[in-house]
Amino acid sequence: MTALLAIEDLHVCYGKVEAVHGVSLHLDAGQIVSVIGPNGAGKSTLLSAAIGLLPSQGRILFDGQEIGRLGVEDRVERGLCLVPETRELFGEMSVLDNLQLGAYVRRESKADRRRQLELVYARFPRLAERRTQRAETLSGGERQMLALGRALMSRPRVLMLDEPSLGLAPLIVDEILAIVRGLREDGVSILLVEQNALAALESSDYGYVLESGEVAVEGRSDVLKSDERVFESYLGGV
Amino acid sequence: MTSTLKRRLGLLVVMAALASVPLLFGSFTVSLFNDIGMATLVVLGLVLLSGVAGITSFGHAAFVGIAAYATAWLNTQFALSPWLALPCALAVTALCAVLIGALTLRLGGHYLPLSTIAWGLSVPLLFGNLTMLGRHSGISDIAPLSVAGRDLMSAEAAFYVVWIMVGLVGLFCHHLLNSRMGRAIRAVRGGDVLLSSVGANSFHVRLMLFVFSAVLAALSGWLYAHVNRFVSPAPFSLHAGIDYMFMMVVGGMGQLVGAVAGATIVLALKNVLQDVLPLVSQHAAQIQAVVFAALFILLLQNARGGVLSLVSRVLPRRPVSPAAASTEPASEPLERRTMPTKGAALLSVDAVVKRFKGLVAVNEVGFEVRAGEMVGLIGPNGAGKSTMFNLITGTLGLTAGRVEFLGEDITRRSQREIALMGMGRTFQHVKLRPNMSVLDNVALGAHARGRCGMLRGGLALDREEERRIYDEARRQIARIGLTGQELEAAGSMPLGTQRLIEIARALASDPLLLILDEPAAGLRKPEKTALAELLRRLREEGVTIMIVEHDMDFVMKLVDRLVVMNFGTKLFDGAPQEARADKGVRAAYLGDAA
Amino acid sequence: MTWDIALILSVDGVAGAAIYLLAGLGLVLVFSVTRVIFVPFGDIAVFSALTLAYLEAGRWPPTIALVAVLAAITAVKEVVAHLRHGRVAKVPAALGTWLGLPLLACVPAQLLAGQELPPLVDIALTLALVLPIVPLMARLVFHPIAHASTLVLLIASLVMHFLMSGLGLLFFGPEGFRTQPLMRGAVELAPGFLVSAQVLLMVGAAAVLAGLFFLAFERTLVGKALRATAVNRTGAQLVGIRPASTAALTYCAVSLLAGFVGILIAPSTTMYYDSGLIIGLKAFVAAIIGGLSSYPLTALGALAVGMLESFASFWDGALKDVIVFSLLIPALMIRSHFSHHSDDDVEEEEV
Repeated sequence: MTALLAIEDLHVCYGKVEAVHGVSLHLDAGQIVSVIGPNGAGKSTLLSAAIGLLPSQGRILFDGQEIGRLGVEDRVERGLCLVPETRELFGEMSVLDNLQLGAYVRRESKADRRRQLELVYARFPRLAERRTQRAETLSGGERQMLALGRALMSRPRVLMLDEPSLGLAPLIVDEILAIVRGLREDGVSILLVEQNALAALESSDYGYVLESGEVAVEGRSDVLKSDERVFESYLGGV
Repeated sequence: MTSTLKRRLGLLVVMAALASVPLLFGSFTVSLFNDIGMATLVVLGLVLLSGVAGITSFGHAAFVGIAAYATAWLNTQFALSPWLALPCALAVTALCAVLIGALTLRLGGHYLPLSTIAWGLSVPLLFGNLTMLGRHSGISDIAPLSVAGRDLMSAEAAFYVVWIMVGLVGLFCHHLLNSRMGRAIRAVRGGDVLLSSVGANSFHVRLMLFVFSAVLAALSGWLYAHVNRFVSPAPFSLHAGIDYMFMMVVGGMGQLVGAVAGATIVLALKNVLQDVLPLVSQHAAQIQAVVFAALFILLLQNARGGVLSLVSRVLPRRPVSPAAASTEPASEPLERRTMPTKGAALLSVDAVVKRFKGLVAVNEVGFEVRAGEMVGLIGPNGAGKSTMFNLITGTLGLTAGRVEFLGEDITRRSQREIALMGMGRTFQHVKLRPNMSVLDNVALGAHARGRCGMLRGGLALDREEERRIYDEARRQIARIGLTGQELEAAGSMPLGTQRLIEIARALASDPLLLILDEPAAGLRKPEKTALAELLRRLREEGVTIMIVEHDMDFVMKLVDRLVVMNFGTKLFDGAPQEARADKGVRAAYLGDAA
Repeated sequence: MTWDIALILSVDGVAGAAIYLLAGLGLVLVFSVTRVIFVPFGDIAVFSALTLAYLEAGRWPPTIALVAVLAAITAVKEVVAHLRHGRVAKVPAALGTWLGLPLLACVPAQLLAGQELPPLVDIALTLALVLPIVPLMARLVFHPIAHASTLVLLIASLVMHFLMSGLGLLFFGPEGFRTQPLMRGAVELAPGFLVSAQVLLMVGAAAVLAGLFFLAFERTLVGKALRATAVNRTGAQLVGIRPASTAALTYCAVSLLAGFVGILIAPSTTMYYDSGLIIGLKAFVAAIIGGLSSYPLTALGALAVGMLESFASFWDGALKDVIVFSLLIPALMIRSHFSHHSDDDVEEEEV
């Protein structure tokens, strides 16, 4: 079986500086794969390159097809979706507008869009309550939910989440990660980038530890959780 | 033959060729050369202002006009001789530039160039509507220039005056770019925070530069009035201002030689089109405007570097200023600050609070840094470290609390004032000027330790001070181990080296406290090791260092003391080994394994 | 100044404001979606006014030739670009979009021009002819540098104005034209207070168009996509909104707005090939008051500019333009003061 998303020997420059040096990773259908590592390890850069916001060298295969030369919108149309660390919501627009725009790429009928909207509201009741509110007035956790909800409106096949727990209180982190695990049941495959290493490994099947733009360790999440090398890459070796 | 000798010989040939122009060509061509010379004066100013410092002006034709009208009016109304009218015309223009600049140079982003459209349009409209200035018919019968009692009526006679001025102004600009102020001008694009960090006043630098470029335009306007002996609003319109811009872009924005090249190409092309187009169409004048606009757009799309960028590979390498090139040490080094005694409190942060629109980013955090120690301020993403850094360096104002540096309250001081007191800093996103040499970048750090202004710089009367500054820069470069690579472009260095260069730049300001913003972010392992080694060495030499960092691995083995922050509050203050064992710190970094 | 004069000047001011409102909305729209400060807006309005004047006079409008030339150049450029990248399959679509559609807009005018036509038909033909101009020009000028800094785009936009006015002179000649008023007579709004019907029409049409504009943005998904692009470019890309297509749509909308502006202004002001810059820049003052982002503030700005112009012309007709443009500097200063920009955007690319 070929991987749904395969990144092979990817090099990415951020500005004039190469921030990712030859990273390879695989995401199979129905899996949650986490990419963890300290700040500045190149995790966000990797995701930006995967969606096409940054140019890259190497191969990015989606469902067996090379997508590395496509524009962002083409990748989104094929079913790849990124929820970036900065969320990139439409701050001055309402929650409802944000969600509707999430389905922009599907060019579907109003009825289909409404049905999908109800599904998202069912998953995030908080968004339904706040549907007329402007996105910029939401709290941090609600913004994250809106970003996830907007991504789900496009019914992606692969969802890439960049630091979904960033800046959120521990209780909300648990809630968000529970939702992420729930998405897998709906057949969405997830690439999860997290700094909160233990929580990410708890929620995923397989993990990669990125350090200074390179994969330092990889393996099954339950194995990685007790790997001393993960600990060291965060807190420093002795 | 050495390259300097080659250059001098080349220059001599060019000068000889220019000098023979009036002997070889008819007066029509000589007039064209005069126009080119006068345009070059304006474009030289624009190259410095827009090309180098990035302050785009579409309105410089208005400055040409102000001076031209001023001298024309003084000459026709009061029979003031051109040479006496010159200082008046320059002064009037400079005054206008000071006023306009003071109002508009603080405008951010694209607002500034837009404002130049406003006055670039209004000033010629004013000329056309003031009875005193002859409305749309302008002022005629202006006296020609005269030298030693002889009137320079012919184009040939004016030629030498025009081109001698171009030569002198070009030389002045060349010296200026390679002076202390020139380094600041070349760094303007790096932003206010960069200039403040080396103790320069960015607004002041930009205003001086703006006025200087206006004065060059004024010189051109004065020449225009007395060479053509007639002024009217049309040659000073917004359209003309954009033509000057075009010449600058054609020539290649950042280079002085580009000013001559651009003016020559554009004006010569206009002339050729005027000759050729009537042969193909009866609408020659209209087509010319269209062709020019189309050419400009093609240039913007395909070769924004201008023609010089196309030939620059063939040209010899950019020469280095004499002060930078000589390795002979200066007679005496730059003055140094008196160092505080080891262990004295250098920086103390007391119950500092920062709120952004109700969100608390830093909540009652306090700590101290003592002379001679190395302190790490760490915490995970979003902990408030960067905010803390900005509060200490004066980039942000704080909501409550107090920061003291050298025993003085710096809570309300500006970044620049704090930098001048002796706080050197580096940037998380490296702020080197990529096209400047390593040496120039580091020399920029010593900006506040020199005194020479634009005038002394342009007249090359700053040689001794420059030698001392470059000496200091070389010493700092040696300290970071880059001797031998001083003349490389800073942008061509790998990130790790760029971080070291930033440290050298900060050191060149002779800081009492060196404060580093995430110096290890994005570095590869060997680069981190090199950085750590340098920092250790600096501590041994007695430099007090504070590192704001995310990377625990990096800081752990380096610092004497750690301050750990999370969610805007202080979590821990103590020895690194204790931090590693601390439960709270562990949870903050790895997350709760719950 | 008596109250009567003040009232008359105010009516003039409101009429002017109607024009600057439509133009200002266009400028804000273009800037927010594409970051282009669209200086040539007024030139397009002039093309529209002159086209209408030609049609009214029963003459063949040179606009047809202009559109045909622009379409041909654009189509050649697009086709060559596709062929160079080996995308032969995309050639027919490119030909259709960049040559077929613009020529289609010319067909009715080509067939009907020269005949005595009802005014509304003239207007419809004019709008159809003007519609392709901005999308074509923008594709030629701005598309290749869509990622350049705002400053490069501004320079290109200024140069484009000179290109447009040059083309205007080439195609329409130097004479000035004024079109027939769409409505004659006057309406007595209050006892002794007469307002010409044409002014009422201008204000009414501007209000209706601005209302439609608002509805399109608030109610349709495509309108929302345009707003989304303006609010957050990266966010828009991430939901699959294509910058190139939103830009094309924006330029079509702006072409139409400029078309209306030209039609509304031409009966009261004689239009020359070079009248555009002044109209565009005054609207621009209004748009700057709106911070190039707020539509309601732009409307207020349009009112301020219209009033200022009207009263300034009473005070000194020759200097009214100087006064209006000088308003730009305080407007910019206030705007710049309130728009916070982080140090990172100060760092400009070396152009």
